[in-house]
Amino acid sequence: MITVYVPRDTTACALGADAVAEAISAEATKRNIDLHIVRNGSRGLFWLETLVEIATDKGRVAYGPVNAADVSALFDAGFHEGKDGDLALGLTADIPYLKNQQRVNFARAGIVDPLSVDDYKAHGGYAGLARALAMQPQAIVDEVKESGLRGRGGAAFPAGIKWQTVHDTPPQQKYIVCNADEGDSGTFADRLLMEADPLQLIEGMTIAGLAVGATQGYIYLRSEYPKAHTVLKTVLANAYAAGYLGDNIAGSGKHFDLEVRLGAGAYICGEETALLDSLEGKRGMVRVKPPLPAIVGLFGQPTVINNVLTLASVSSIFEKGAAHYKDLGVGRSTGTLPMQLAGNIQRGGIVELAFGSSLRSLLEGFGGGTLSGKAIKAVQVGGPLGAYLPDSALDISLDYESFGAASAMLGHGGVVVFDETADMLEQARFAMEFCVVESCGKCTPCRVGSTRGVEVIDNIREAKQRDSKQLDDNLILLENLCETMEFGSLCAMGGLTPFPVRSAIKHFPEDFGG
Amino acid sequence: MTPTFDKAAIDAIIAQHQELPGALLPILHDIQHTAGYVPAETVPAIATALSLSRAEVHGVISFYHHFHSQPMGQHTVQICRAEACQSVGARELERHATSKLATELGHTTADGKISLEPVYCLGNCACGPSVQIGDEVHARVTPERFDVLISALKMKEGETTP
Repeated sequence: MITVYVPRDTTACALGADAVAEAISAEATKRNIDLHIVRNGSRGLFWLETLVEIATDKGRVAYGPVNAADVSALFDAGFHEGKDGDLALGLTADIPYLKNQQRVNFARAGIVDPLSVDDYKAHGGYAGLARALAMQPQAIVDEVKESGLRGRGGAAFPAGIKWQTVHDTPPQQKYIVCNADEGDSGTFADRLLMEADPLQLIEGMTIAGLAVGATQGYIYLRSEYPKAHTVLKTVLANAYAAGYLGDNIAGSGKHFDLEVRLGAGAYICGEETALLDSLEGKRGMVRVKPPLPAIVGLFGQPTVINNVLTLASVSSIFEKGAAHYKDLGVGRSTGTLPMQLAGNIQRGGIVELAFGSSLRSLLEGFGGGTLSGKAIKAVQVGGPLGAYLPDSALDISLDYESFGAASAMLGHGGVVVFDETADMLEQARFAMEFCVVESCGKCTPCRVGSTRGVEVIDNIREAKQRDSKQLDDNLILLENLCETMEFGSLCAMGGLTPFPVRSAIKHFPEDFGG
Repeated sequence: MTPTFDKAAIDAIIAQHQELPGALLPILHDIQHTAGYVPAETVPAIATALSLSRAEVHGVISFYHHFHSQPMGQHTVQICRAEACQSVGARELERHATSKLATELGHTTADGKISLEPVYCLGNCACGPSVQIGDEVHARVTPERFDVLISALKMKEGETTP
């Protein structure tokens, strides 16, 4: 029997993977070929989707990008026997885009059946949990500290310190919350992880529960990810059935329950305290800190709240040891960061690398330049609150410290490329407009400042045609507004919106009449 | 006007979830899934079940972009407006879509068939511009491709309503 892999992730399906799977199945029936289709997660090489793989003696061989209309010809050329031909890419593992990565979080993505606990275990899954189950809670926290793991949601706070705080609170109902409200444009690593290897997240959350004494976890998933929701619901049921969730985890007598909850289309709920309010069934309003969620979190109880990739990393830290993880990366940026190449890019997808490679090598080596073939004008790293970088700044090292020093933000690792046709005044205006739409409204600088920001940028657009005095006045006004928002806002939404605005003005003055 | 929703189904949804911690969002999701929107008439029952004021329930419904308190069109078409899609033509697509359907974002076409909604990121950022119709995401949606998708929606209707 021949095994064929056809991805089921959002992007592959958006490019027609379901139709490809149907066509393969129909064609095989017609030709009397005994063939079994596994709907794996994607490898994250989105420019090659739909990427179909065939299991052979030498390993999996890949074909892509495949459309349903190509399927008949592929059978004619013997692709089901792994033969060469049109669209043949050779062994999947040897595709340079994949081979040149250092995959930790995404090592299993596209390889395993995302819904199968057995497949996960056959590929090293739950080895970390087995180790953690034999450790004292403090030793688990120490191992996370030792790894140097920092929060992957954007703020890069050391995970071990957060866990220690929750561990040190007196025994009571505690919670593990996974922030899967991945709202930044240009990011899809959380989504792909949940669609391609969700058990890694579930394992990481279980280990977190053991470390801090929490028996209940929630995955707060954005409602814009219906496929991830379907996968998570199914795989949670499978993990319960296999005894990896519930009141006797892997026969240890330890207890951890896990549930997925849907957000409802509010970017601000990616901010951890707004997320907790939303999970409690309220408007997603930002809370004033302190108290920290680690002490007064979900339903007023001590709560570990971490991003998907942070919690997922925990399973590999426990599988391979903190030292192994720490050896990847540079300085205080340890481990790997799955970068997400998006926007106007030739070869978009997930590129997981140890911290410390250059943005330019990522864009050129992996990304292959712009999709349009025109020159790169600007690159926005770190989502809608991240700075726009000009071509001259692209040699920057991909680590938290280098980005901080450049008044930019690595954030969740999203990289959005714009070609020379981009109008940076429009991009700055959009940053303010997005803040108008998504502000929770609790603090004035964010709620009102963003509306005024859109107006001032409109004035600049009008003035740059004809009135240099009005132009200068409005640019000064915009800078003052940015300062008020940066220092006066309660959270990163209003506080970081000035980053894309200011960087656009600084690096692209010609678009602002300069 | 007679309610367009099934009251018994709504009551069952409330009863099913009301003991959950933080039950409001799960209840609203299920009501919207069943009725297509969250009818104002359901708010008192939700408020009573969760010991909340009606204002609190209404406040939550109006806070989240996903929840609608008015009936929607037969199909919901969401266009991604976020940066990654902008960089490959989302602004042009948005202009095309509003002109083609003769409606603004956040509104429903005059014939009640299609609600055109903005969305800020569908996680398909490597292959934009992205459009979501129902639960299906579509990649690389050029204006021409948009027209094909809309025609397909209309064809589907033709099949179901003879």
